[in-house]
Amino acid sequence: MSLCELTAHVLHEKLKAREITAVELTESVYARIVEVEPHVKGYLTLTKELALEQANRADTGFQNGDDMPALAGIPIAIKDVICTQGVRTTCASKILETFVPPYDATVMTKLHEQGIVMLGKTNMDEFAMGSSTENSAYQITHNPWDLDAIPGGSSGGSAAVVSADTAICSLGSDTGGSIRQPAALCGVVGMKPTYGRVSRYGLVAFASSLDQIGPFTKDVTDCALILNAICGSDAMDATSVDVHVPDFTQSLINDVKGLKIGIPKEYFTEALDAEIADRVHTAIAVLESVGATVEEISLPHTEYAIATYYIIAPAEASANLARYDGVRYGYRNESPEDLIDMYKRTRSEAFGEEVKRRIMIGTFALSAGYQDAYYRKAQKARTLIKSDFDAAFEKVDVIATPTSPTPAFKIGERTADPLQMYLSDVMTTPASHAGLPGISVPCGFVESGLPVGLQLLGAPFAEEKVLRVAYTFEQNTDHHRQKPPIVTDGGVS
Amino acid sequence: MEEYEIVIGLEIHAELCTESKLFCNCAYTFGASANDCTCPICLGMPGTLPVVNRRAVEFAVRAGLAMGCEITASSKFDRKNYFYPDLPKNYQISQYDIPLCQSGQVTFEFEGEPRTVALRRIHLEEDAGKSIHAEVTGDPTRSFMDFNRAGVPLLEIVSEPELHSPAEAIAYCRAVKEILEYIEVSDCNMEEGSLRCEPNLSLRPKGSKELGTRTEIKNKNSFQELIEAMEYEVRRQARILDAGEEVVQETLLFDASTGKTVAMRGKEEADDYRYFPEPDLVHVQISGEWVKEIQPTLPELPAARRERFISDYDISPENAEFLTSTRPIAEFFDEAARRSGEPTTCANWIMGDLTRLLNTAEIEIQDAKVTPAHLNELIHLIADATISGKIAKSVLDDAFETGKMPKEIVAEKGLAQITDTSEIEAIVLQVVEDNPGPAQDYRDGTKKAIGFLVGQVMRATRGKANPQLVNQILTRVLSTE
Ligand SMILES: [Zn+2]
Repeated sequence: MSLCELTAHVLHEKLKAREITAVELTESVYARIVEVEPHVKGYLTLTKELALEQANRADTGFQNGDDMPALAGIPIAIKDVICTQGVRTTCASKILETFVPPYDATVMTKLHEQGIVMLGKTNMDEFAMGSSTENSAYQITHNPWDLDAIPGGSSGGSAAVVSADTAICSLGSDTGGSIRQPAALCGVVGMKPTYGRVSRYGLVAFASSLDQIGPFTKDVTDCALILNAICGSDAMDATSVDVHVPDFTQSLINDVKGLKIGIPKEYFTEALDAEIADRVHTAIAVLESVGATVEEISLPHTEYAIATYYIIAPAEASANLARYDGVRYGYRNESPEDLIDMYKRTRSEAFGEEVKRRIMIGTFALSAGYQDAYYRKAQKARTLIKSDFDAAFEKVDVIATPTSPTPAFKIGERTADPLQMYLSDVMTTPASHAGLPGISVPCGFVESGLPVGLQLLGAPFAEEKVLRVAYTFEQNTDHHRQKPPIVTDGGVS
Repeated sequence: MEEYEIVIGLEIHAELCTESKLFCNCAYTFGASANDCTCPICLGMPGTLPVVNRRAVEFAVRAGLAMGCEITASSKFDRKNYFYPDLPKNYQISQYDIPLCQSGQVTFEFEGEPRTVALRRIHLEEDAGKSIHAEVTGDPTRSFMDFNRAGVPLLEIVSEPELHSPAEAIAYCRAVKEILEYIEVSDCNMEEGSLRCEPNLSLRPKGSKELGTRTEIKNKNSFQELIEAMEYEVRRQARILDAGEEVVQETLLFDASTGKTVAMRGKEEADDYRYFPEPDLVHVQISGEWVKEIQPTLPELPAARRERFISDYDISPENAEFLTSTRPIAEFFDEAARRSGEPTTCANWIMGDLTRLLNTAEIEIQDAKVTPAHLNELIHLIADATISGKIAKSVLDDAFETGKMPKEIVAEKGLAQITDTSEIEAIVLQVVEDNPGPAQDYRDGTKKAIGFLVGQVMRATRGKANPQLVNQILTRVLSTE
């Protein structure tokens, strides 16, 4: 097995025992990148020189016998929506093609304190708007399990690179499912922590009240390690919450006896792919077989989640993206007739179709005369969706659902139909509205060989319970150990 | 021609003099090089977030309490969306439907009568940067931006439309300015733009209850311009109404060079600001305990202090006005009056010689080396006849220059009055001998001739002889000889 195929916690033991060096590990990942990245296209920017410097520094620490953090020397990829000081951060948009932030996001500062090796910046839907990563202004990312299929989105690059072993772990961002859905579609672990758990400072905003940073990993243990590194309140983010951050590795207990798992009936409709329904039911049966209590629950306002999401998120986005005007940084049309023309041309030329569509939807939803019917009504619906969950968590510890209603679809299959595309988020947006922690773990494969994800949701700040159930599931199955054919065939399929 | 009643309301924007901006740690200094007082947050760079400066909230609460407002226990910030190059995020973080302070009132004196104007609200928002155009750069093909002021906390104080003349509106603005200066939350420097008064003005037929269509006037940097702008606007609207036409609701810009207002933007282009709650911030919580902590730190406000000076110190209303014109002057006077027990004398010294010295030196009272302790000592030196009033003036000059205490100056320069009668008598006899003419005139009944002789004695003692003693001795000497 190449080093690039291993998990962070296994690699940490090897680094600590000085069986391997961080430089060897980093070289192994870059060798894999040379091999498969031309087919996967998960990265927008690679920072090999910087990575080797960081690996060297970690090696010095290990050689000196220092007490090195769990992520020291671990090669990690970063979604290109997270600001990285001195490294181009484009949000996969033409409008930020040349933008190099003079500051690090808080999560980057925290990861650098751990001594990580940053591999590069990953592809995504422009400004995190999309469910397939096809909205990138630069490239299409391919699903390592089927190069003709999308990897999911918007954090498709971050999911694909972990799946393809071109990164050990990665960071993504989840607004309406942008971590969980691509994790499911690429057969990796992906977690969105509770809203407020992780600082958003330096995360380029799409929808501020929903955005949250989280990890993609090869197993639940690595997920806990990254959470340990990135969680915590931040003086730079007023919406980060000052609650105790536990050692999440303490939740890695292979035991769910006494835990109640709720199965919301609203998620198992005819729209759900039959094979997905089957794999998820099988997964729930596994949890039941090892001692969990399973009961059906109802989340009655689930059906409004998508409509609500596609008002609130664009409304906030319409303001968040107003700053890209060509005045201070980023793309600017150089031959405008006047100021208004500069705004119009700059934004028309450098934003993609989906971004423009959402800015228009959001601007409309906030307009005088329409705000009550759209934005305010959506806020009310959001409150109802949240109270559904509050009531449910009175009765159960964790809620289990499919992560995505379908497996990865073919590239280009849904680009012509935005509504069809928006339905990809039907399983993930409700928890986003409620700010809940949610994880997607691999729970099997459909006939065609594409992975299926099991979504586990917890009450706010109940990450520990979610991790415990996920870990128990993982310990009793081997889906997470499966590698895409692109790996097992020793070459590109 | 119809007689109109003028109806004016005011929006006053005051920049708060907090150490840092409203949502970041940048310090703002007026006149700093362009964009020197900026950081990624106030430049609206991608991924940056605002965090509310508690100090700015405290300042707003101070202002609210000083103006009798209700302090909102849980208020929120909202985004006000509009595109303008001086606005880094193309939205301004402001407060829409739940401002920090609600209702309230400002009381001031107008034409000798007390007036109270109700406030609608006071809220906090961030200031914008400024564009630098061809008139500064000489390059008509491009404009530059200076974001130093972007993000500076602004207090917006909105009055009800209860003012009925430009002069009354100015009196109200002065009262608000005075309060803000007194509670030390704003420099209120109109020329530097830290205080901006924007009137909205309409006319209605006398006796009518309905409000006429109003116009808003922007961008004035002195009370002089503000009053000219309002007076012009009153005449302009009256002409329109007289002609049977309708006033258009619009925002006007006053051009001081022409003395006219010109339309900035009309209602047909009225912006839809698409306000919505700022998702990057949580509600601003102001506990009753916090308000209770802030309340006692408020100084006595000018109106109350004026009243107290008149009643406790027996100061005339005009003098009380002068002595409360700034908080440092009022505090100087208050302390000097308390120490010396001679409020009238203190007032005379402060309004007379001390003000003259301050004006010449072009400094403010709080920056002077002379303190209430100096004034107190000086007054006592006069009272116990150590020095004369005239010598006291020169002692004050000296103290103003050096900061030395009056007693020290008197001792160093030997300025103490001669009160030894035998010493004075010797000089008197010498003066009478040297000036037989005036001495004879006095004896012949020309009593005022004594003035000359007193002058000669004072000259001979370089002003140090006690004038009362000189007078007594001279009178005795002249009548006995
Ligand atoms: Zn700043």
